Amino acid sequence: MNALVAIIIVGPIIGATLGLMARDFPRRRDAITLLGLGAASAAAFAMLVDVAANGTSVVRVGGWGPELGIVLVADLFAALVLPVALTIIFVVELFAIGQRRTAWGANPELAGPLLGVLTSGVGLAMLTGDLFTLFVAFELILVSSYVLLTHQGQKAQVGSGMTYVVMNLFSSTLFLFGLAFVYAATGTVNMALLAERIPELSDGVRLGIGAWFFVVFGTKAAVFPLFSWLPDSYPTAPTTITAVFAGLLTKIGIYAMIRFHTLMGMDELGSIMLILAGVTMIVGALGALAQSDVKRILSFHIISQIGYMLMGLGLFSVAGTTGAILFLVHHMPVKTVLFLVGGLIENDRGTSRLEKTGGLASRRPLIAALFAVPALSLAGLPPFSGFVAKFAVVSAGIEAANTPIVIAALVGGVLTLLSMTKIWLGVFWGESDDDLANEAPGNRPLMLGATALAVAGTITISMLAGTLFDLSERAAIDLRSDTAYIEEVTS
Amino acid sequence: MSAALLLAIGGLTSAGIYLITARSLSRIILGFSLLGHAAVLALMASGGPAGEAPIAPTDGIANPLPQALSLTAIVISFGLTLFLLALAARQRTLTGDDLVEDDIEDRRVAAAGDDA
Repeated sequence: MNALVAIIIVGPIIGATLGLMARDFPRRRDAITLLGLGAASAAAFAMLVDVAANGTSVVRVGGWGPELGIVLVADLFAALVLPVALTIIFVVELFAIGQRRTAWGANPELAGPLLGVLTSGVGLAMLTGDLFTLFVAFELILVSSYVLLTHQGQKAQVGSGMTYVVMNLFSSTLFLFGLAFVYAATGTVNMALLAERIPELSDGVRLGIGAWFFVVFGTKAAVFPLFSWLPDSYPTAPTTITAVFAGLLTKIGIYAMIRFHTLMGMDELGSIMLILAGVTMIVGALGALAQSDVKRILSFHIISQIGYMLMGLGLFSVAGTTGAILFLVHHMPVKTVLFLVGGLIENDRGTSRLEKTGGLASRRPLIAALFAVPALSLAGLPPFSGFVAKFAVVSAGIEAANTPIVIAALVGGVLTLLSMTKIWLGVFWGESDDDLANEAPGNRPLMLGATALAVAGTITISMLAGTLFDLSERAAIDLRSDTAYIEEVTS
Repeated sequence: MSAALLLAIGGLTSAGIYLITARSLSRIILGFSLLGHAAVLALMASGGPAGEAPIAPTDGIANPLPQALSLTAIVISFGLTLFLLALAARQRTLTGDDLVEDDIEDRRVAAAGDDA
């Protein structure tokens, strides 16, 4: 198990370093980067098999105990989300290699290695057992994302990058303040020890800490009303970078929230979370309807979908947490694929604005098919993965007899379907404007192949829905009854 | 926690927040430096009262864990300040100033509202 953890966290960063050294040799550089990312995803799958069979395992870095040292905890929740997250990055890098061979390929030396650093951060954020290492992992992810977003140095990217950096830096500072509060109140930053000590605090201090971290993670996750930075900054970056951001970054915030708030037993915050979840779903979906650019529509949908995961968490029941975990696993690949298809459209037509594109359904039926599957899945139609995930969340809401949130979830689903129809009408039907398309670089087979691979991945998720539901439920039970987690870490 | 430390944290935080609300990136960077200092001070204060240097095992040593955490946080905020400065410099070469701009789409929506 130690080896697997090491490969997941250190593998991609070694690949990134070697890739930077070989940056003048594109083929070698890409091969090394891919190898690092591939090794990490393979190790994550091996970890899932191992954890599902043998239960949680704990790695004490340097042999130090949880009081002083860093512990890495591979529980079922982490092991379930990690393989999906790392495979996404691998597929996007494949797509990116294809895109770099086109005329629009941008600054290719840096993007691959930076993605490697980001992958290490993702692995560390999911496996870490203490809050401070979580902070460091967030910084690792964010620093590489800042550079990925702005390294081309174009006007639009620097402009919107500033909003993104300032917003995230502010929430990181709040995180640091939160760490100080937690340490002052409990004398530890280890999550297992915190799970024992936080419930003993007075209600005011306990809920204050919970609300503070809700704001910190909520900013990263783009929960209403902290979402305005997201649709401004995501669409300006190159497709491959936006695809990774869309699939992963906000989801890391939700992941941290699920882990922290269920482990610390912040059930009293449930009602406020549910209200914000409902508003997030509706506002995100309405915002998407008002847009007229494929990437911007998809950016607003990230916000809307975050609402569903927050709803699952806010119910604070095993069924709700199961739904949130399942939604997380389904949403990451689907969102990434949609952005990759957005990139395919842009590369084919020269723009992703709805009024300038059209007629792709007859001219590029493959792109249309690659869009249709994840789009229907995002809207939550059977038999795709979105249906299973949305069903799990909504039925948990019905079980908790919380009518308003269930209605909000269903309305959000209809609105999502509406704006997916809007993309379909604008891009795939109707007449096209060929002026821009003549200058567009077109798509390489590798780009189409990578997207098709990712679509196949989302279909696999819907076929394995039963197994995934069982695993999510086991993970949720582990998270809700934190005794197992505490025993594993402290023993 | 001493009153002086408390006042320092509060003062740095308020000055930092005030500067972050500015529109020019150089002021925002200054604000983040101050805010970062406040957070690190709070982290130090969370370790309890000051004591002897923790390297020699005597009685009444200071708690070394928050100090280790603080060092890490300082290094990270140092790197990020440099990145922000580079970003401000880039914005200056591109537009002649370092103001944080409104989003293009937001401006389009606002303009549509003016026409109606």
